[in-house]
Amino acid sequence: MPGRGAGPWAAEDAAYDVEAVRKDFPILERTLAGDHPLVYLDSANTSHKPRQVVEAIEQHYLQHNANVARAMHQLGAEASEAFELGRTKVAGFIGAPRREEVVFTKNASEALNLVARVLGDAGTVREGDEVVISEMEHHSNIVPWQLLTERTGATLRWFGVTDEGRLDLDDLDTLVTERTKVVSLTWVSNMLGTINPVERVIARAHEVGALVVIDGSQAVPQIPVDVSTLGADFVAFTGHKMVGPTGIGVLWGRYDLLASLPPFLGGGEMIETVTMERSTFAAPPHRFEAGTPPIAQSVGLGAAVDYLTTLGMENVAAHEQAITAYALERLQEVDGLTVVGPKEAVQRGGAISFTLDDVHPHDVAQLLDSRGVAVRAGHHCAKPAHQRFGVQSTTRASFYLYTTEAEVDALVDAIRHTQHYFGGR
Amino acid sequence: MADASQVDALYQEIILDHYKQKHGSGLRDPFESEVHHVNPTCGDEVTLRVHLDGGTVSDVSYDAVGCSISQASASVLNDLVVGKPVDDAFATLDAFQALMQGKGEVEPDEDVLEDGIAFAGVAQFPARVKCALLSWMAFKDATSQALTTQEDA
Ligand SMILES: Cc1ncc(COP(=O)(O)O)c(C=O)c1O
Repeated sequence: MPGRGAGPWAAEDAAYDVEAVRKDFPILERTLAGDHPLVYLDSANTSHKPRQVVEAIEQHYLQHNANVARAMHQLGAEASEAFELGRTKVAGFIGAPRREEVVFTKNASEALNLVARVLGDAGTVREGDEVVISEMEHHSNIVPWQLLTERTGATLRWFGVTDEGRLDLDDLDTLVTERTKVVSLTWVSNMLGTINPVERVIARAHEVGALVVIDGSQAVPQIPVDVSTLGADFVAFTGHKMVGPTGIGVLWGRYDLLASLPPFLGGGEMIETVTMERSTFAAPPHRFEAGTPPIAQSVGLGAAVDYLTTLGMENVAAHEQAITAYALERLQEVDGLTVVGPKEAVQRGGAISFTLDDVHPHDVAQLLDSRGVAVRAGHHCAKPAHQRFGVQSTTRASFYLYTTEAEVDALVDAIRHTQHYFGGR
Repeated sequence: MADASQVDALYQEIILDHYKQKHGSGLRDPFESEVHHVNPTCGDEVTLRVHLDGGTVSDVSYDAVGCSISQASASVLNDLVVGKPVDDAFATLDAFQALMQGKGEVEPDEDVLEDGIAFAGVAQFPARVKCALLSWMAFKDATSQALTTQEDA
């Protein structure tokens, strides 16, 4: 696992110049109503995009735009090459042994739905089988499995979460058994911030012959990922949380597995041949990419992974770790504030959900917004995780490669202002 | 979007008072219908019961979890509709809804909405309009169901 342990974090990493990074993100210079500078602490929701990514997309549309694969002209060739180059870059970024293992979808949710759907259609999951997920999943890694198990008559089982907010693996061996066909687990929780020991779960799942799907939506943006050594069978993630554009997600899958699975959606580009009687299907990844794909988005995502690679994912992870540690310490100085999730910056990503005594998260977010501090309030698409901790909603601050300690300080000041506003009037 | 003065307009003293001291909170018997409404974007929830006595709303009892706006709005709802003929209650509901959905351009009538006029500032915050309307929509739903039950009986 990356990071450099729990501290000392007082001085930001000298090798990592957050102020220089911020210059690539013009939006961070914005001021909001009341002349408050933007303090953007909602990157787990979506990250901002650096100039380099936006310019790559602009150049594509202004100079190389055409449809891919089916256009015989020069622009068509350029667009096809640019689209496939994005795939090559993403494959390199996650250490995929083959570029054909990278399937483009519209987001992580579609990637997870894709796997769940085709595993059902392939008969991998049938009546009496079991699928195991966890209580800390995002709804996007819950609902597709509920649909699959309802459709097939299989049973959905759940890993619990400890009081500290860690994945409860005490019953790993009784939960993941010969009946288990799929284990689908988030690597980093978008609500609790927990980084899960996915290797342990993968090892157990493979012992019993189950496939493992990893929801990497929060992991791929902030920790170095190498799917060639991870051991998972599928990894899903989403472009817009990793300084890339919206409208593109990724399903990485082992090639032999992808090649053995039936198509997801039907349409153009995904066929080998179509007659009126039947169709045969293209090889992966195109088998799973019906219709005009996210072309400019692939170009943008390629630029995004170039950007992250230039910064160095080890550095990004170290910065995330440092800023999270600082924020955990500062937030816990506030009386009446309770962090929901691990309270130490150990195996922990940059999302911190919390409650504030006597002030509802909506009201917290509203007051913070009036100070220019953007956070998320609600259930963060993780209702079972909230239920686990007996809360209906939380306020979440989340950090990324451009977040500064001064922004964390602004958050803490704004929280104190909120307490005063609701308590002291 | 929202600076300090707009936030003050949102969190009127009256709203905070209702939030701290909710009128008519808790679920009570008797009732003809009970509904459960959720705001799916944020998870605010209300369980609400309506008791009709002939054509009059004789009780609205509720259990609400949510932000100050949704809670205060349930409290004001209780003030405004209990004891009123159903038709009048629905007219109040229409006025409240028009105010909420009026993007700040609807002038509230204090004679009809009483404390409800404090919610005028909410109309400027599209994300919060649903919070303010949650219990009102639940009331509409529950009352319609109760009326149907009466007719069937
Ligand atoms: C852990 C996790 N999984 C899945 C998703 C879904 O991503 P998207 O909305 O881009 O499909 C998110 C983002 O909200 C997430 O945080």
